[in-house]
Amino acid sequence: MNAPTTWRPRLAEGTAPVLAVLAVLLVALAFAGPAYSEPTGYLALLKRAAPLVLLAIGQYFVIVSGGFDLSVGSLVTAEVVIAARLIEGDDANTAWVIALLLGFGLLVGLVNGLVTTKLLVPSFIVTLGMLLILDGAVFLWTGGAPRGALSPSFRVFGRGGVDLPVVGHLPWSVVILLAVLVAAVLFMRGGTGRTLVAVGDNENSVRLAGGRVDRLKVLAFALSGVLAALAAILLGGFAGVSAQVGEGLEFRAITAVVLGGVLLGGGRGSVVAAAAGALTLEALFSLLNLLGVSGALESAVQGVIIIAAVAYAALGANPRLRLRPRAGTPEPAAR
Amino acid sequence: MSVVQQKAKLADIVRRDGGRGFSLTPTVTVYLALLALLVVGSILVGLNGGVLLDQGGILNILTRSTVLGLVAVGQTIVIITGSLDLSVAYLVGLCSLVAAETMAGSDGMMVPGVLLALGVAAVVGLVNGLVVTVLKVNAFIATLGVALILRGYLEDNYTGPAGSVPRAFQHLGFDRIGPVPIGVLLMLLVAAAAWWFLKRTRAGYHTYAVGGDIDVARLSGVRTGRTIVTAHVLCAVAAGLAGVFLASRLGSGAPYVGTDAGYDLESIAAVVLGGAALAGGRGGVVGTIGGVLILATLDTIFDDLAVDPFFKDVVRGIVLIVAVALYARRKLTRRSA
Repeated sequence: MNAPTTWRPRLAEGTAPVLAVLAVLLVALAFAGPAYSEPTGYLALLKRAAPLVLLAIGQYFVIVSGGFDLSVGSLVTAEVVIAARLIEGDDANTAWVIALLLGFGLLVGLVNGLVTTKLLVPSFIVTLGMLLILDGAVFLWTGGAPRGALSPSFRVFGRGGVDLPVVGHLPWSVVILLAVLVAAVLFMRGGTGRTLVAVGDNENSVRLAGGRVDRLKVLAFALSGVLAALAAILLGGFAGVSAQVGEGLEFRAITAVVLGGVLLGGGRGSVVAAAAGALTLEALFSLLNLLGVSGALESAVQGVIIIAAVAYAALGANPRLRLRPRAGTPEPAAR
Repeated sequence: MSVVQQKAKLADIVRRDGGRGFSLTPTVTVYLALLALLVVGSILVGLNGGVLLDQGGILNILTRSTVLGLVAVGQTIVIITGSLDLSVAYLVGLCSLVAAETMAGSDGMMVPGVLLALGVAAVVGLVNGLVVTVLKVNAFIATLGVALILRGYLEDNYTGPAGSVPRAFQHLGFDRIGPVPIGVLLMLLVAAAAWWFLKRTRAGYHTYAVGGDIDVARLSGVRTGRTIVTAHVLCAVAAGLAGVFLASRLGSGAPYVGTDAGYDLESIAAVVLGGAALAGGRGGVVGTIGGVLILATLDTIFDDLAVDPFFKDVVRGIVLIVAVALYARRKLTRRSA
């Protein structure tokens, strides 16, 4: 089992279609908008997409191990609101607040994971409950509306960048994104990452083979929580404080992951494809925007493409799967 | 592992000795929890100088549970087949609009309005079901996709309330037969019909069979696709009824009335609270109604105590997780025995 032999089938299974679609979209963007005739246009797209890509990577860990994380959207809102309340616009507070935010994301992920594995509650319910708790608790604490302000040094991660000689202005969010992506790819190619995918495919066999299933699942949720915190830091810097900042992001992240050909129910799909799915989604929205499609129809388009993507994965892509009854539904441990 | 098994055996022995006749099924548990909640709530509200369970209070709880009850009863059927429906929230809004715009204030259009709204709901349910069964898309994604399509349609065409229902139609929302509101009767009637469907008809048994194990059901000759599509259509029609009822109550159609109340996730929460398994094959309408009543009672108690509305969400989340954790624990002991 050396790297090339396992990498190839994975690329063929889910990554290739989404990369093709992404390439088409990126080329179409160049024709549709003058801003995309230069690399800066694409960098701006990458910067906009960074939070969603981070969320998609986090969601990927959870989905590939057979779960769901519905709490990330409200976690992002909670993080941004907490950051604004604690920083109060003061630069001196930036460092410890960022540490606190990452810690809070980790904590929420750990709670999600521990309740799922130790109390045996389905992750859909756990994270749904967490969504309600976070939504309520944050606004209970702030009294209904976000208060305070983010400091300039906090916002630099979402807005600022570094000037480099060759590429020009490189946004920090893109740097963070690339670092996370590389780390995620290395993680998934290592033993732990592979076992995580195996947990999603067949939990019992991993357990019988001596894998620590519970620990791996908790790890997946913890990673999702931390990445949501990171996404919140970028989003807060990029878009500012509002109570709606994380709205619908959980479903958007799941859409992105599914668009990347990752099977809901776990056990199949690559993290690069999930990240590419998020980028594809964002590129598609940019393209629709340039073509003058009303923003209201954005969600309708999102709806059509996730159904089409999953139907394609279940029916069209692989004739082997077509013969297998109901390959598109998650049936953990059924195979 | 061995410790768990031992515990499980012990639990099984205890259950076999003491548990004849009266078994603590999730349905019983949920009503016991409701009872406990009512007692605790009455005491708390009483200490605060109010009364929880006077006629007004009971009516309040029942009225609050009407719409969620309608949606959740439909959701129960879908969840029992092992599917789920995330599109109900937007569907409720859409159906309220269809009903109100068709009626446009005239008495003669009441019946066509209701029928058209339910027809639209049935079509949406059919689409959900067909996407799940024919295109083999995971139900979560299929209904999320349909929900997003409905949302796009609503956002593109409506900015606020539209249409109006005639005065006569508002009787549905506000009148009472004796002390009981018509809406509550409607909800209980739909629940009774769903109970009859699930427990007394062949299609109902098939619903449980498909949710329990779809492959076994297919090998046993159940038309699994048809069963799943039927469940989705019934669920959508129940959500459509909720939309029609809301139109009658609000006097017009409101695009976001369903999503503002979060009926998609809330109805799933109520169903799961009522003891249904998300994986399918287990659950029932009676339990779901219990779950809906618990949520409505919590709301009423918090209102009476003038608790911060955001606190409600926190408690709801905790109640949901704790309840499912308790059910899961029991299921674990039962299964491994």
